[in-house]
Amino acid sequence: MALTDGTEQRRPRAPLAPWLKGSLLTLGSIAVTMLGLLFVTFIIGRVMPIDPVLAIVGERASQSTYDAVYEQLGLDKPLLVQFFYYLTDVMRGDFGMSLLNARPVSEDIARVFPATLELATMGVFMGIVLGVPLGVIAAVRRGSWIDQVARVVALVGYSMPIFWLGLMGLLIFYGILGWVGGPGRLDIFYEDIVPARTGMILVDSALAGDWSVFKNAFSHIILPASLLGYYSLAYISRMTRSFMLEQLSAEYVTTARVKGMSERAVIWRHAFKNIRVQLITVIALSYANLLEGSVLTEIIFSWPGIGSYITTALLSADMNAVLGGTVVVGLIFICLNIFSDLLYRVFDPRSK
Amino acid sequence: MNAMNRLLTSAALGLAIGVTGVAASFAETPANMLVIANRIDDVTTLDPAESFEFAGSDISRNIYQKLVNFDPSDLDAGYQPEIAESWEVSNDGQTITFTIRDGLTFHSGNPVTAADVEFSLRRAVVLNKTPSFILTQFGFTADNVGETIVADGNTVTITTDKPYATSFVLNCLTSTIGGVVDMQTVMANEVDGDMGNEWLKTNSAGSGAYKLVSWKPNESVTLQSNPDFYLGAPAMERVIVRHVTESASQRLLLERGDIDIARDLNPEDIAGARDADGVTIHDELRGRLMYLAFNQKHPELSKPEVRQAMKYLVDYEGMQNSFLNGQYTIHQNFLPRTFLGAVDENPFSLNVEKAKELLAAAGVPEGLEIEAGVREAQERIEIAQTYQNALAQVGIKLNITVGTAKQILARYRARELDVYIGAWGPDYPDPHTNAGTFAFNPDNSDEANATGLLAWRNSWDTGGLTEKVSAAVVENDRDIRQQMYSDIQATFRDTSPFAVMFQKIEQAAMRDNVANVNLGGATTAVSYWPITK
Repeated sequence: MALTDGTEQRRPRAPLAPWLKGSLLTLGSIAVTMLGLLFVTFIIGRVMPIDPVLAIVGERASQSTYDAVYEQLGLDKPLLVQFFYYLTDVMRGDFGMSLLNARPVSEDIARVFPATLELATMGVFMGIVLGVPLGVIAAVRRGSWIDQVARVVALVGYSMPIFWLGLMGLLIFYGILGWVGGPGRLDIFYEDIVPARTGMILVDSALAGDWSVFKNAFSHIILPASLLGYYSLAYISRMTRSFMLEQLSAEYVTTARVKGMSERAVIWRHAFKNIRVQLITVIALSYANLLEGSVLTEIIFSWPGIGSYITTALLSADMNAVLGGTVVVGLIFICLNIFSDLLYRVFDPRSK
Repeated sequence: MNAMNRLLTSAALGLAIGVTGVAASFAETPANMLVIANRIDDVTTLDPAESFEFAGSDISRNIYQKLVNFDPSDLDAGYQPEIAESWEVSNDGQTITFTIRDGLTFHSGNPVTAADVEFSLRRAVVLNKTPSFILTQFGFTADNVGETIVADGNTVTITTDKPYATSFVLNCLTSTIGGVVDMQTVMANEVDGDMGNEWLKTNSAGSGAYKLVSWKPNESVTLQSNPDFYLGAPAMERVIVRHVTESASQRLLLERGDIDIARDLNPEDIAGARDADGVTIHDELRGRLMYLAFNQKHPELSKPEVRQAMKYLVDYEGMQNSFLNGQYTIHQNFLPRTFLGAVDENPFSLNVEKAKELLAAAGVPEGLEIEAGVREAQERIEIAQTYQNALAQVGIKLNITVGTAKQILARYRARELDVYIGAWGPDYPDPHTNAGTFAFNPDNSDEANATGLLAWRNSWDTGGLTEKVSAAVVENDRDIRQQMYSDIQATFRDTSPFAVMFQKIEQAAMRDNVANVNLGGATTAVSYWPITK
């Protein structure tokens, strides 16, 4: 602004509101992370020793056919140019067409992701409900039989091959006892009965009020979800125990006890309250791992989720599908991180 | 899952089943429904002009009729009339006129006409998708189909660029690409001049025994029977193929009675299922061959005695009876058994002493080192290791390079590998499909770049077999043609740098109430319509 004495004075810039600054920073970091993820995945996809052209034209195609498809896929262009084209498509929400089934990758992902979401959510729910109390009790009663049980549970969970446990679970609970449904999301007689609104059959059948489908879907999901829940439980209970042990040996806990506070209040209102932030990280990581798709579980239980989708795409050299799936998995990690950050602010006054 | 895991899992499963017995409460699929567990992740499209995979062929064969087709109850009889009730061949052998059967209808209710046949064959040529070479090898092009494939009244005439053997042309028309589509329905779904290709990838417009209800990639395919099928309504009103990749899961589903047929059991699970109550094992020869190839650019491997010696160093019986147990049978000729012209002579067996004599006669130096390329598939790697052991006994060091399809095939196609260990399946049910790649190489120069030909990939000048293959493909007398292929294979066995070793046997485990199953043999795909329960 020009002042009367002819000098100019810059108006001081109003500082950004903290919430706005925080949001902009978060958005910026998401954008940079996504860009990095896309770039790394894209480059890995291009330098991997798999050949999308061969996957399309077949082993016996002539060189001219091979070359034509090579050009058609844009593989003759420099890598950075290919990446630029890919990036602009992704910005429009277009992951391209699956090289193999010629369907939009976004449609495929929309079809397979709800299956994984449903399974992982149920798995992590079981992991939290059982794992957190088990970890707390194991810490409080350190060295007792329950602590030993918790340690064995965690050890088995870490060391047992998931495909073996899955198959044994199938054999016992489906093959021999007949208590649960077999591989797949539904018995064939129940397929395509309820309209797919969310793609999660438990939710869709509940929304449709079709409880026979719900029951059948539940009988199919309970075993793979328990299996994933078990692995989640093993991780969560072990970490909870470790966090709680640290808190229980702190001076403020001794002080609380000396003040005559009840043991329950000491454990849950003081010690547990202080591990919530750490637990959120553990649970978020566990959930993200399950959402990423537990490939072997999906294979054994013929569960058409994103893990088996990406694996099949990778083995078939369908790089558009691999890239699309990886971006979605990356987004999940980022979203869960943001969600964890928000929860930190709620539970940890220091971060406000 | 690697082989050891697979073995342990199957062993654990087998033990557990054996000790406890499966199925406290046995389920059963409905009497009018057939449920199959199979790997269907190779299905990329259901358009017959484009489909070129095993699982896709299985679906297509049950949806689309062709001018001529194989009868599942007698595959050995060769092609039989289907949409064409008869045909005539012109004197010059270049024109075949098909008369269309009356009374056939598409699933839409539209009649099957000569115009539909003309449209379907022209469309397959014009779309120019991967399997189009099966038709374009007769000289059809997008520019000339207007004159070479012509409907007139209730006849369709096709005119080829040479007087090919009629059996060759008709065998090719039994392939998936020969499927006849409903022109009206398909063109009603055309987008941007794609002749309905996009729509037909996930929908059906056929006149066969079944119509498509749904295809969920990597999940399931559901078919509904066609009550107006010209051979009568199929007994199985609904066929559901579920994508189940894990062998042990397939076996559990079968033994529990939740599926009727399990098509992807590994040898361990086949052995286990064989002892299960109510389960039978169905064995059927398929067209896939396992072979070794020796690059003729290599100065030692190009010697005739060495080529012979290398064939005497394959432990055919040992492999057949161990890790390939039940899944492959010894076969040393490039035409799979049941193909026209197939022969059953297998003169080679493991004979280290004879191999040593031949190598000595050829003057092969001690300590020769050669490289074998193999794709990362368990059975191929095991074959490579077995061969490596045998070669070590004659002082040859075989260095095995395991890689992905891209790594290994790229080097094979570039003529860089000394030895290739691989598999080959016929593209269409005519002897020319394999003869035209194993024993045909009109220009052996690097510049020819004929990467599609196996003979070229191994730098093999076929020594006169190329001309014999060219003659056989235009021989119209079926018996003479058969003899020609027999002779070509005799020479091929002795002189070629290929050691064909095994032919695939598909083992399907099924409930014992399932009858009339035919998986298609070496020539075609599965037929659901004769199946009963």
